[in-house]
Amino acid sequence: MRIPLLRSTLYAVLAGCPIVSVIAQQPSDSTRTKDLREVAVIAPRGGKEIAPGQQLKGAELQRLNAQSVADALRFFSGIQIKDYGGIGGLKTVDVRSMGTNHTGVFYDGIELGNAQNGVVDLGRFSLDNMEEITLYNGQKSSIFQPAKDYGSSGSIYLSTLKPRFAQGEKRHLRGTFKTGSFGLVNPSILWQEKISNRVAASFSGEWTNANGRYKFRYRKTDAHNPAAGYDTTAVRKNGDINAFRLEGSLHGVMDRGEWSSKIYFYDSERGLPGFMANNLFKHVDRQWDRNFFVQSSWRKDISPRYSLMLNGKYAYDYTHYLAPDTAYYTENCYYQQEVYLSAANQFTVTKWWNVGLSGDFQWNKLNADLKNFSYPQRFTTLVALATSVNFQRFSAQASLLNTNMNEQVKRNAASPFRQELTPAVFVSWQPFNKIPVTWRSFYKRIFRMPTFNDLYYTDIGNSNLKPEFTTQYNTGLTWNHTFHGKVLQEIGMETDVYYNEVTDKIVAVPGASQFRWTMMNLGFVKIKGIDVKARAAWQVLEELQVTTRATYTYQEARDYTDKSDSFYGHQIPYIPWHSGSLIIGGLYKAWDVNYSFVYTGERYNAKANIPENYALPWYTSDVSLAYARTVNKTRFRLTAQVNNLLNQYYDVVINYPMPGRNFKFILSVNI
Amino acid sequence: MIKQLRFIRTAAVLTVLGMAGCRNGDYIVPPVVTPVDTPVAHQKYKGFYLLNEGNMGSNKCTLDFFDFTTGVYKKNIYAEVNPNVVKELGDVGNDIKIYGSKLYAVINVSNKVEVLDAATARRIQQIDLQNCRYLAFANGKAYISSYAGPVVIDPRSPLGIVAEVDTATLQITRKVEVGYQPEEMAVIGNKLYVANSGGYRPPDYDSTISVIDLTTFKEIKKIHVDINLHRLKADSDGDLYVTSRGDYYSRPSALYVVDTKTDAVKNRFAVAASNLCIAGDTAYLYGSEYSYNTASWKINYAMVNVKTETLLSGNFITDGTERNIKMPYGIMVDPETKDIYVTDARDYVSPGTLYCFDKTGKKRWSVITGDIPAHFVFLPAKQ
Repeated sequence: MRIPLLRSTLYAVLAGCPIVSVIAQQPSDSTRTKDLREVAVIAPRGGKEIAPGQQLKGAELQRLNAQSVADALRFFSGIQIKDYGGIGGLKTVDVRSMGTNHTGVFYDGIELGNAQNGVVDLGRFSLDNMEEITLYNGQKSSIFQPAKDYGSSGSIYLSTLKPRFAQGEKRHLRGTFKTGSFGLVNPSILWQEKISNRVAASFSGEWTNANGRYKFRYRKTDAHNPAAGYDTTAVRKNGDINAFRLEGSLHGVMDRGEWSSKIYFYDSERGLPGFMANNLFKHVDRQWDRNFFVQSSWRKDISPRYSLMLNGKYAYDYTHYLAPDTAYYTENCYYQQEVYLSAANQFTVTKWWNVGLSGDFQWNKLNADLKNFSYPQRFTTLVALATSVNFQRFSAQASLLNTNMNEQVKRNAASPFRQELTPAVFVSWQPFNKIPVTWRSFYKRIFRMPTFNDLYYTDIGNSNLKPEFTTQYNTGLTWNHTFHGKVLQEIGMETDVYYNEVTDKIVAVPGASQFRWTMMNLGFVKIKGIDVKARAAWQVLEELQVTTRATYTYQEARDYTDKSDSFYGHQIPYIPWHSGSLIIGGLYKAWDVNYSFVYTGERYNAKANIPENYALPWYTSDVSLAYARTVNKTRFRLTAQVNNLLNQYYDVVINYPMPGRNFKFILSVNI
Repeated sequence: MIKQLRFIRTAAVLTVLGMAGCRNGDYIVPPVVTPVDTPVAHQKYKGFYLLNEGNMGSNKCTLDFFDFTTGVYKKNIYAEVNPNVVKELGDVGNDIKIYGSKLYAVINVSNKVEVLDAATARRIQQIDLQNCRYLAFANGKAYISSYAGPVVIDPRSPLGIVAEVDTATLQITRKVEVGYQPEEMAVIGNKLYVANSGGYRPPDYDSTISVIDLTTFKEIKKIHVDINLHRLKADSDGDLYVTSRGDYYSRPSALYVVDTKTDAVKNRFAVAASNLCIAGDTAYLYGSEYSYNTASWKINYAMVNVKTETLLSGNFITDGTERNIKMPYGIMVDPETKDIYVTDARDYVSPGTLYCFDKTGKKRWSVITGDIPAHFVFLPAKQ
């Protein structure tokens, strides 16, 4: 019974066929296999994290009812989301003002690559099957990890729901349906099956369809003559999206180890609504994307002193872009491939001393139907040596990453061979045993490689580009306290101050004309910032639990590229001095209420901090109410949500208007 | 317990109030007024307008005005004069001219020609025309070049057009198909000369000038010149000075002279020419030639005597100021004072600089402009 089921599951998952019908015919049987060992996650050995990341997970994450990972990330401190608006709009994350290309995004432990433009669109990753989202500044301070995990200035780890079964459970089935503004129709399914006492399977599928229409408003008044000015409301068009996501995975445990395999497929068509300008409120550009990857991970404690972890991935990405403008008809296709292999080793020298050594290899290839295209391939080898010491109240970690890069092209000049050695040091210390205050600090120097577009995009790329470096210095305090039998049950605070430098920043500079640019290593940015995070849990009444979470960020990110520029020393574009967020969640019996607030302060939308480039602060309030009920072992949950409650019209990116007040309704059914 | 609840309620009320609290309105940005010069006595002109292109997608095309009678430079005047125009002047200004009492500004990405009262910059109306580029005038008509021809069998390469507009009614009266991606134009006699670039079709650039008979409004011939043509200026002898942008790889930019009596190329200057202005017997030009082979650009300044058709030696900037100019983008010479105006677009995404040089090439003053200062037009003193 077990083997055929495993096989059929595998086939079903691999073929991505409609599993719902297969499953619907199988009555759930919870009486079987009661005495089986639970499929559980066995934590890897080794030291604890020196600098824990910011995390949103479980119920707290669910309560936000965010559409995508990007919407949830707004509640982290020290980051800015670049949001082009709407359901299909590009959403990227800039960690501590170093630039979106410096953020590594890891999906179930393996980095999502995009060698073409270095951008991971976090708007495409659904929260439907997400268990937790963690943001690490610098890097995840573990030494038992692939070399790539040492390779970004900031990292976001997305972990999908792992199957966990209680005694006697064999199957979880969840169907969710979301609808609301923007013509959204968004059904999804999550199916988890316990195949054996050591293996579990999971399948998740989702369809997102929306016309993407929403009202936006542009308004300006004359400060001296309130009667003069304009106030126009229009409908955002060409923001439609139709996307499928299918995901299947197997999770297994073994003696002193675990393994998992995953297959992911995403297919979408979307309109690109474009920028809004005078006399130009509609664009016709369209884009089709297909992303596919398979990845596997295997980890085992081979001996009491030695652990091994292997990771592998193959990814294929296809993008088709069409601008059927009568005057400038553009149609291009891009094909990317990636192969990634990694081996990480950990040696436990003594109880308190661990050494890690990892080696990764990555191959990237980009094909495109552009004229005079270079057809680049990149071969990257990464080796990381790391060590950590862990005592009761003191831990430290140091790592050194060596990166070698070779590129080949069929046409034009290839980027020369690069070799870079980059260090990182993390320290954590709790000075007093009785006081739960921990001091932690880190230093890290790392770079991002120029993307294939930076290097080779026909008529724009510059293959002589050097890597863009960041140097980070961070120090901070954390304080956590738990109270027993009090209204305030738990409180935690974290404060960090940091100084970053971005050198050899890759910027677009004028080429032959305003429509032809090229890339150069020109920029130099200094960033000073403060991140504050506070969270608390309250037991207000016997059945009323309240959690609060607040963040605040101050950032001064100044451009020190060229003294002769009028904007020398000015704040770089789109970085607000002040930003913050607040979440208040309440749980009362079967009711669940959530209020969330995001604030982005004044900033400038271009390099020069002059009135013409000034952008007003914006802030949105989202409220949701959910009701859950179980009938005959089937759990229903109904959610109603109002986003941007105060109907504020704003642009995150200039001329890309964001939606005003919008609504969402979610019904989910758990069997 | 009750106390706690009250606290939470108060906190919630305060938070909501804080959030609902008024967000200051978005205000129209007033002009920046900078005195840069002493009043200049001028016979012909009251001042000049400078159109700043603004980087594509930024909607930051702006209009500046320099007043000779006061020596004051006003940056960004359009929005204050025309506060009711939604999203201001628009995206990417491409040309500006005055004909009669009206000022015409081509706003390329906004697909319109904005028609203003020349003296006040007050908006009269707009002429919608997709992907419009440059202007020329003759006999009460405006001619506007546009990349957007009718969709033909291959949508990738529609021919461009020139639209004829009646300057009294501001309506498009006729259209004529020309070459690919037409740019600057000039009227000589009863003929309209149009430089075709083919800039959307590399490496298959266009290389011709279309000659249009203004009576029939038909293309009567094509003059083969060089690839990727852009500027086209007439001198007083009926010659056209035409620039080729080259292909940015191995084929260099160059300046050609076309004789309109024979409609044939009669001279070529092996000098990179991005933009030029003819004043009297001299053409002032600069070249900012980019090469993808070396990923670098060369900037040069030159003068041509249009009577003798010879390249003059030396630079029209003589005090070394050119070293501060990152990206020359606009040029104009005052025919009366022979003052030379050169703009620096710098990095295209931040304010540029306007330099004024006297006729000996010494800097008289400079001022900060809008983004990508590019196109000039003199405002006549009497209309």
